[in-house]
Formats: sequence, C-alpha cells, structure tokens
Amino acid sequence: MSVQVWTYLIVGATFILYIGIAVWARAGSTQEFYVAGGGVHPVANGMATAADWMSAASFISMAGIISFAGYDGAVYLMGWTGGYVLLALLLAPYLRKFGKFTVPDFIGDRYYSNVARTVAVICAIIVSFTYVAGQMRGVGLVFSRFLEVEINTGVYIGTVVVFFYAIMGGMKGITYTQVAQYCVLIFAYMVPAIFISLQMTGNVIPQLGFIGDINDGSGMALLDKLDQLHTELGFAEYTSGTKSTTDVFAITLALMAGTAGLPHVIVRFFTVPRVKDARISAGWALLFIAILYTTAPAIAAFARTNLIATINEQPYAELPPWFAKWEETALVAWQDKNGDGLLQYGPGEAFVGAVDQVRDGAGAREQGPYGETLLNNLPTDNRNEVYIDRDIMVLANPEIAQLPAWIVALVAAGGLAAALSTAAGLLLVISTAVSRDLMRMQIKPNMSEKEELWWARGGAAAAVLVAAYFGVNPPGFVAATVALAFGLAAASFFPAIVLGIFDKRMNRAGAVSGMLTGIILMFGYMAVYRLGWFVDQVPPESDWWFGISPEGFGSVAMVVNLAVALVVSRVTPPPPEDVQEIVETIRIPKGAGAAIDH
Amino acid sequence: MALPRAYDRYWRTNLRYLAILLTIWFAVSFGCGILLVDELNRLRIGGAKLGFWFAQQGSIYVFVVLIFVYVYLMNRLDRRYGVNE
Repeated sequence: MSVQVWTYLIVGATFILYIGIAVWARAGSTQEFYVAGGGVHPVANGMATAADWMSAASFISMAGIISFAGYDGAVYLMGWTGGYVLLALLLAPYLRKFGKFTVPDFIGDRYYSNVARTVAVICAIIVSFTYVAGQMRGVGLVFSRFLEVEINTGVYIGTVVVFFYAIMGGMKGITYTQVAQYCVLIFAYMVPAIFISLQMTGNVIPQLGFIGDINDGSGMALLDKLDQLHTELGFAEYTSGTKSTTDVFAITLALMAGTAGLPHVIVRFFTVPRVKDARISAGWALLFIAILYTTAPAIAAFARTNLIATINEQPYAELPPWFAKWEETALVAWQDKNGDGLLQYGPGEAFVGAVDQVRDGAGAREQGPYGETLLNNLPTDNRNEVYIDRDIMVLANPEIAQLPAWIVALVAAGGLAAALSTAAGLLLVISTAVSRDLMRMQIKPNMSEKEELWWARGGAAAAVLVAAYFGVNPPGFVAATVALAFGLAAASFFPAIVLGIFDKRMNRAGAVSGMLTGIILMFGYMAVYRLGWFVDQVPPESDWWFGISPEGFGSVAMVVNLAVALVVSRVTPPPPEDVQEIVETIRIPKGAGAAIDH
Repeated sequence: MALPRAYDRYWRTNLRYLAILLTIWFAVSFGCGILLVDELNRLRIGGAKLGFWFAQQGSIYVFVVLIFVYVYLMNRLDRRYGVNE
C-alpha cells in the first residue's frame, strides 16, 4: 500500500476514535465542562496534560530546531520541562486546594479585586489565542504535506473536528480524547526514533544511542563525530553553541516560569479529586513529556549527522529520492553556485531570501542540468549551497532512514494528534474566560447553570472560528508572539500566583502594580527589540539590555514584577482578615472536596 | 484543621523541603547545564561531554525524580500532621 493510502487509513481511524470518545464523555454540567467534574485519575490527567502541552511545534519543529542550534537547543529542553518542577512544587497543590476553576478566579479572589481579575482574563485570552493560531496552522501543514490538499483545506478539516469534540465534551471530553492523542503521538514519535537509533548506533534506546558510538566502523562516539563534521564544515562545535551564557540563562528561566504560569497548563490541576492527586499528576505529566523531550535531542543529533553525511560534497544525481521529493515543497533547495554539480554544505545562508522557484508559463518548476529545481534567489558569497527547513528533520526522518510506508503515515497522525490536543485545551481556556470570568463573575452573576454552559459552548465556538481565521491568514508576528506568550506569562501570572500563596502580606496594590509593571516592561521590550515599533529599525543585538534577547527578557520583567510587588505591598495596608484566612486554608491539603461553584 | 502551632511547624517543614528540592533543581539545570557547562565538558558520560549531557538529558531526568520525591515527602508530612485526605 502507498504512503497516501496508509495515511488516510491511520488518520481516519484516529479521528473516528477522538470523536467517539467525545460522544461517550460529553459534559452535562458546568463543572464537567470546566474541570471534568474534578474526577480524573492522576495518570490519565498526566497523559492529558502531556498531550495538551506538547504542541505541533514540540512534535514537528523541536528536534529540527535543536538539530540546527546544537547545545543552544537546551534552552527549550530545560525550559519546557523545568517549569513543571515549579508548577508541582509552588503552584499546583495550592491552586487545587483553592478549588475554583480558573487562574483569573484565583487572582480575583486572592487580591479581592475585579481589576486584577480583568487583567488576568485579558492575559489569559492573549496568551491562548497566540498559541491556538499556530496550532491550526500546524494542522493545515500536516494535512497539506501528507494528504496533498491545500493548507487551508487542512485548516478547515481540523476546525470541524476540534469544533465537534471541544464544544460537546468540554474539559471532560477533551481530557479523555487527549489521553488517546498522547498514546498516538508518543508512539508515532518513538517508532522512527528507535529505528534510526538502531541503524546509526546499534542501540534500541535513542537516549543511549545518543551517548553511544556511531555505527560507521570508525569507533568514534556519535557526538564526537558530529563535532568533527561541524568543525570541518566551518560550523561551531555541535556541543558548544553560540549564544552567550547570560542569554541562555535568561531564556531558560523565562521559559520555565512561563510554562508554570500558562493558564491552559494550570487549569489541568483543577481536574483531579484531591490535593495529593494534583501533586502526583504533575509528576506523571512531566514523566510523559520527558519521554519525548529526551528523545528529541537524540533525533536531532542522528538527523544532523545523517544529513551531513548524505548530502555534503555529493553529486546531485546520486542523492536519495527524498531530496527531490521535499524540493517540491520548497523545504529543501540547492543552488549550484560553483557549478561543480556537488552539494557544498556549510554555515550561512545559501542565498538571499525565502526559496523562490523558477516556474515556466504553465507553472511547472524549471530544472537545471542535474535535474535540480532552479531558483530565482540571488546567491550569497559564502560557500554554502543548500537550504534545509528545520521541520524536515522530523517529517522526513522516516524517509531519510528508509522506513516502511506505515511509519511515515504514523508520523502524520502523530503531528495531527499533537496539534489538535493543544488547540482543544487552549480553546477551552478561552471559552471558560468568556463564560465564567467575564459573564458570570462580571456581567451576569445570576444566570442559571444551563445558561452558563451555553455561554461556554458559544465562547468555544467563537474561539474555534477566530482560530481558524488566523490559521488561514497567519499574522506575520506569530513567531515573535509565541515567545511573547511565555514572556507575558512569566512577567505577569507566575509572580502574582506564587506571592499569593507564599506571602500572606501580599495585597491588592502590590500584586496589581507588579503585574502591570511586568507586562508593560515585557511588552515594551518586545515591541522595540523584536518588532521594531517606536524606532526606525529593529535595534542590533549589541543594544540588548544586559545582552538579553527579547525571548529571555521575561525573566528580567519577572524579577522587576516581584520587586515592585514586594515594595508596594509593604508600604500599603495588609490584605483583609478573610483573605489572609484563604491563604492559610490553601496551605493545608485537608478538605479540598470537589471544585465548587460559589 | 490542625492547631495553630502544628500548622506553623507543618508549613516550615514544607518550606524546608521546597528549599532543598529547588536548590537541586537550580544546580542541575542552571548550574551543571549552563553556568558550569565548560568545566563539566572536560568530563564525559559515555560518548557525551558531561555539561552538554546535563543540558540536553540529565537535568530532565533529575526534574522527573524531584517531583516524585516531593510527592513522597509531602504525603508523609501530611499523614504525620493528620492533614491528609
């Protein structure tokens, strides 16, 4: 059977499974819609959290990013896992004991302020929309590459599926669907990784193959071989990296604190029955995430070594078939700058701008003397002749390693599972923000539960449509705003929640002024140093404050937030007695009960 | 709820656990993986430089263990003070 038939079969079967689960687990009450009735088993919750957390970007792009960044890729690996330690130790058990449904609930009650609640709602919505647009685009990309439909058609199909099960099932439907999606995505990630590890190092476990010897008869360690290849081609050593230590430190910290402060992750810990279940489900979640996150750097190193060995100084005519296939999609390209018919690979851009293929009158690609696709791009003056898109490292890996067709199809299903599960989780946060944090808490406090449930469903429906719109018309700033989402979460929610639990003296004035300072600082830095607003052009790296990139600036803004909050709270009156009592209560696990409505 | 003084002792022990575990969290990631990476890279684990390995593998393993240790310690503490469920 061909790859295409396999892909239709496997993707179709997984979609039927997801929708079947959604019908079986549909929500009947607001409590089921918001927190799955608070009765999810910790292991199931761990899997659902892992699927929710690992997006299309984790599944498709991360190994590729590490593959090109080498050591520097560690900021994502540590940042997106270390945050769970903060979450488990500093937030999850206390928020579970607090026993409401959302992060704005906690901020609003703890700081006895609707202003604080509103700031939190707005942050939650911005963060979630930024993310969800990227997911819908991811769904479209996977469809277009594997099923050869238009990207936009892929976005529409994905929208219909998410629409159906997020709106029907609420948190209950989503949680059990995500358990299934986790199983699909981890299987799809591990199978090719294991095969490639076996081929390259003879070790079944990719994490051990990563530190093992390469299978080419040289007897060298794989990573030493890779460092040697890098040095020969003029790259920095793979295991050394190029970012400054300060910047690596700052980015890692911002990603960790941002992870712990993201509303769609935190809300997961409201769905378990007891405080001790909240603690242990953070452990399960990180374990399930770690399986993928420790495999990704292994895939990155394997793919990088394999790629350099396969293409560098090779004649185009003798390249394996995958090169020509991915050339069609413009994810790889070659420009024979010195006219020798061999591919020279090295540091620097091979040519100016994005891949621009030469087309004839009928729209077909024009080919050069060796059968390569010709480009309109102007060449650069370095010796590098090859462009390789990062995403290809995971998507094309099974083909590069010559694995059977069903494995290629499995990767498509895995990428879709990763994108759909994250999109659904985020949509739920948006719908809850609308129905609960805005409608019930601020506009219409007396509505019936049934009415609130309809607002929640309506909010989810509207959010899906907006997300689909952004998936079809992706705003150019999406890449910049994903980093902004983490920076904002780190600069706003994280300090406010931690102080709310651990500092009984923290009051409304302190928390609100801290959050506002953090957000404004983060947003301003991002606007100037990444987007080039308010200035003539984006300032160079040498102008960065303390040498810290906009991606890492969330950690600076977070520290400023903490400092401002502490100082302001000490010169203003302490919080009222009943709020201090809330703080004492959430520190004791006993008596959590089900998450309750007011 | 426990008596006020027991509550204070419970909370102080909790904070002590947090301080110890978060110190380890910081040491393996920001310490071994970032600040001391060049020094540790002179040592090796299997075919990898130790500092690089901590940054891309070791710190993640330690994170997982830390959460499970925290769960064990806190469950024990909850039982000791009778605040478990």
